[in-house]
Amino acid sequence: MKEEKNSDYLIIENLVKYFGDDRAVDGISFAISEGKFLTLLGPSGCGKTTTLMCIAGLHKPDSGEIRVGGKSFTSLNENIFLEPEKRDIGMVFQSYAIWPHMTVEKNISYPLEIRNFESSEIEDRVMEVARLVGLDDMVGKDATQLSGGQQQRAALARAIVCNPSLLLFDEPLSNLDLKLRERMRLELKRIQNEVGITSVYVTHDQAEALVMSDDIIVMSKGKIEQSGGPHSIYARPVNRYVSNFIGVANLLKGKISSVSKTGLSEINISQDGKNILMPCVLDDKKFREGDNAVLSIRPENVYALREKPEGTAIEGEVIQTVFLGNYIDCRVQWGKFEWKVQAHPRERLKKGDHVYIRLDSNHSMAVLP
Amino acid sequence: MSTVEIKGLIKRFGDEVAVAGISLNIDKGEFVTLLGPSGCGKTTTLRCIAGLEHPDTGEISIEGVPITSIEKGIFLNPEDRNLGMVFQSYAVWPHMTVFENVAFGLKIRRVNRNEIKEKTHKALELVGLGDLAERYATKLSGGQRQRVALARAIVYSPEVILFDEPLSNLDAKLREQMRIELVRLQQEIGITSIYVTHDQTEALVMSDRVVVMNEGIIQQIDNPETIYTHPSNSFVASFIGVANLIEGRFLSRSGQIADVEFTSVSEGESIHLKALGAESATKDQRVILSLRPEDITLCLETPPEGTVNVLTGEIIETVYQGNLLDCQVRIGSHEIAVQMNHFEQLDRGRKVYLTFSPEHALLLTE
Repeated sequence: MKEEKNSDYLIIENLVKYFGDDRAVDGISFAISEGKFLTLLGPSGCGKTTTLMCIAGLHKPDSGEIRVGGKSFTSLNENIFLEPEKRDIGMVFQSYAIWPHMTVEKNISYPLEIRNFESSEIEDRVMEVARLVGLDDMVGKDATQLSGGQQQRAALARAIVCNPSLLLFDEPLSNLDLKLRERMRLELKRIQNEVGITSVYVTHDQAEALVMSDDIIVMSKGKIEQSGGPHSIYARPVNRYVSNFIGVANLLKGKISSVSKTGLSEINISQDGKNILMPCVLDDKKFREGDNAVLSIRPENVYALREKPEGTAIEGEVIQTVFLGNYIDCRVQWGKFEWKVQAHPRERLKKGDHVYIRLDSNHSMAVLP
Repeated sequence: MSTVEIKGLIKRFGDEVAVAGISLNIDKGEFVTLLGPSGCGKTTTLRCIAGLEHPDTGEISIEGVPITSIEKGIFLNPEDRNLGMVFQSYAVWPHMTVFENVAFGLKIRRVNRNEIKEKTHKALELVGLGDLAERYATKLSGGQRQRVALARAIVYSPEVILFDEPLSNLDAKLREQMRIELVRLQQEIGITSIYVTHDQTEALVMSDRVVVMNEGIIQQIDNPETIYTHPSNSFVASFIGVANLIEGRFLSRSGQIADVEFTSVSEGESIHLKALGAESATKDQRVILSLRPEDITLCLETPPEGTVNVLTGEIIETVYQGNLLDCQVRIGSHEIAVQMNHFEQLDRGRKVYLTFSPEHALLLTE
């Protein structure tokens, strides 16, 4: 029992959910370790929210299994379906779902009261979670007096006050303005870390997913495209879709011309009638010589140089520079292709400059088209 | 000659001084941004230029002609100022076509029909909506509506356009795209523009010059790069971008590089660091070291003997952003922000060394 708790706390197996003829969730499986923060990331309609609702018990899947801490929540094979209120889950939604006619304290204590906790314990627990979310001096206020960010803190406090076995978040920050959202990301992550409750978080915002998660599952059309830690998803995307959805990428079509198991492989890029051989990194289990592929490289791994470096064949003209303080977002026209380059302000690139593009080969990824 | 000249502008609301003596010249074709937190006086200044506020003191001229002069008793009404305006709520009428929206202002000014047609089409061409003239405003995307608002502002061929946070209602992606587009349009049309925002990224990306304001006073006027790399005081340094500010004591100078003593960056001992700036500082004067997160190098091994500007600390927190890694590092009694773009995993509590070149560290005296 103990072992299962540590490695695979939440287990989803072959989850399928139809809406009419539409396969909203198309046979997905994944697992999370206890205490971890997992994000389901994808555009609207990718199945992320439906998956979350299945975990919560608010949707009944058509097939598959859901287990939490060794306990079966849903198993279509064994005809098990635990009612939502028996799942011991805390939820935080996009709409704060805070009751306006109650004080902050009453809002937070509600789940304890319906479970008939003793009043002294209720008081202690409410103060403890209020302090945790930074609302300890607001407990006596009416919920309507809270700002958007504070209401979301109150919603979080209510979700964790019963110390649930699982926390589910459905785009909880998307109604907040940008500055507040950025601050709340870190806050939420800090609180989750402190309480150590295993969390599943749904969002379409890739920056949010990168900043907050221990693990990310990128979804599209009801299926999992890739799963892994933020850094591996960002630096080692498996296909064009993931590369494009997370962060910014330069994407060039080509054909694999050599596959190396240990060092750099090569991809042949055709651009404006020219063929250029470029070194790249690839997964040798997925590619063979002659396969179609896409070269994916992030702007921070592309350099625009004034002096011709050895070997490069890419010459272009700077067509746009946007000064952002800590870096310059620079665009270089190369035939019909526009390179996105993240340059250091001290390089002083200007519109009209003639430059040579150098790619960091160790970060040039060949990915599936 | 400057297109817009503002001299000694003061505006009070009751006891509160919203604008506390502002003077500013804006050149023809220039894109100037008034940037600051809410309550800094930027919007009041813009409204004074528009003629929507009556200042208590000062003079505002366009092309050398005063439109407001308290001393001379001049105050032109807003509609007589030949200014175009684009607001936050872009106020595009849904029951009208794109053409009607843009032509409306000319109609109520009783411009003749042919001229309305000609001017409206010209404005629509300029903003790239030539093909959508007959479309209803409700069928437009957010970006297209923004362009209708701009077309409406330029249709009278004004001398200056005033923008009041026009992009703040748009979502993040569209906002980024519209920033670039607005600047491109502004450059094409070549019209003098005054833009108000509280968003520092917007100001950096769009402006020829940025006017940083706080408490009704101009803190600095410069191009975006200078504002970022050479802030004139600690307010500007921390309002624009992220700045680590550490207080120290000025000791001596050798050429451009100053030697400064700090007591708060290492427990129980004082440390000397070298930095640029504070040209007029004298011995023992209190100075503030301003250090950008991206100008700090983080290393895991002890830097080589003789390296200047070394601080020792431990990782408090790291935030992974994909293209960047933001770290918080505990240095003495400070939390220092460090930004890296090539990195490895860094665990909380890990001992690290921070170094920075004296040329990238700036001393401020206020």
